[in-house]
Amino acid sequence: MTLAKRVIPCLDVAGGRVVKGVNFKDLVDAGDPVELAKKYGLEGADELTFLDISASIEERATTLEIVRRTAEQVFIPLTVGGGIRSAENVNELLRAGADKISINTAAIARPDLINEISDRFGNQVLVLSVDARRADTKSGFEVTTHGGRQSSGLDTLAWIEEGIRRGAGEILLNSMDADGTKSGFDIEMLKAVREISSVPVIASGGAGKISDFALAIEAGADAVLAASVFHFGNFTIKDVKKDLEKCGFSIRA
Amino acid sequence: MIAILDYGSGNLRSAQRAFELASDEVIVTNDVKKCLEADGLVIPGVGAFAACMDQLVSAGGKEIIAARVAKSKPIFGICVGMQILFENSYEKQESTGLGLLEGEVSEILAPILPHMGWNTINVAQGSKLFAGVSEEHFYFVHSYAAKNPVFGAINSTCNYGEDFLAAVEIDFIVATQFHPEKSGAAGAKLISNWVGSL
Repeated sequence: MTLAKRVIPCLDVAGGRVVKGVNFKDLVDAGDPVELAKKYGLEGADELTFLDISASIEERATTLEIVRRTAEQVFIPLTVGGGIRSAENVNELLRAGADKISINTAAIARPDLINEISDRFGNQVLVLSVDARRADTKSGFEVTTHGGRQSSGLDTLAWIEEGIRRGAGEILLNSMDADGTKSGFDIEMLKAVREISSVPVIASGGAGKISDFALAIEAGADAVLAASVFHFGNFTIKDVKKDLEKCGFSIRA
Repeated sequence: MIAILDYGSGNLRSAQRAFELASDEVIVTNDVKKCLEADGLVIPGVGAFAACMDQLVSAGGKEIIAARVAKSKPIFGICVGMQILFENSYEKQESTGLGLLEGEVSEILAPILPHMGWNTINVAQGSKLFAGVSEEHFYFVHSYAAKNPVFGAINSTCNYGEDFLAAVEIDFIVATQFHPEKSGAAGAKLISNWVGSL
């Protein structure tokens, strides 16, 4: 009896559709989120993540509808992130059918938001998403905002420790150095975060080859998340799970 | 008809849809009459134990459950909805539960919490709930659990750091620490096993 390592596809959504592009540029329509969610569910996704990258409030309103339709048809956990600013936003998403929500910039701007969400809904709903890169800070890693373009001035390990203390139940660690490079996850950073994190850690950013995922798990990740390699059909979730199993990790077949 | 007790606890939409795969009529309600009429009552629950109990009391859920228990009508507790069936919990402070199941709820001894993700179950002999899905993974997300077997019950366990109760079946009470409504095809089968037993 071993807790299975999770493989999580991430869908960027805007205006009710899945969009894909490189570094949020040249976005193309990639279909209906519910249909893709179903497809990933059948391929063995252990959870689904929707990242709302809507640019306007009108577009954002459609996300609740997507969450509703997905929760009605796909019976695996669903995490929704992007644009969450208050505990009330969280309530709406949970009532619509989300199981977890992720916050990033809003928590940096106002760390009390972490406490407010966790106190009301429990820490199991709250994923703290951290966009980190190598820098000259205490741990050697800093937290960025605006998709990695700006420094927040926070040290990554110190921020994660604070986030957990305030009530984050899981850490989504996005390597901004590795993101989009397809050269593998930032193993050194993962190891550093695993060492100080008392909650599960999801590795994100840099997946390019099937073998990258096992390396992230070996470095201590409890779950691995990827977007483009799954969307563009480089390989499937099943392929990744097969490789993890071959490397001796427990998976859900 | 299956009623899902609505007392303001989290994601009820998924639960409703998942039970609809097995039953023609599933309603989400805290209406006393409907909850008593239902063939089965599902008690969901997420978040902190004490907060869940407070919300349950405010919504009149405590009386509804007591009335069903008095008539031995089936109930199904899920996650914190399972935990509150026990006598008490030591989450943050000591809190009193419904006391329908003997025992207490305490923090799991494991280095990384919550216990989050898919795990397998050591299914007890005689379990009707796990018929056909005894080897499958189910989705857990929790940091606390009941650890001692309930006397006279079919106690199925999970291990994460230590053994704890994953599911209890006794008389008209069924409870799972995992989320069958989030456990894909295996969860759907387990739900249909329960609905079929009503």
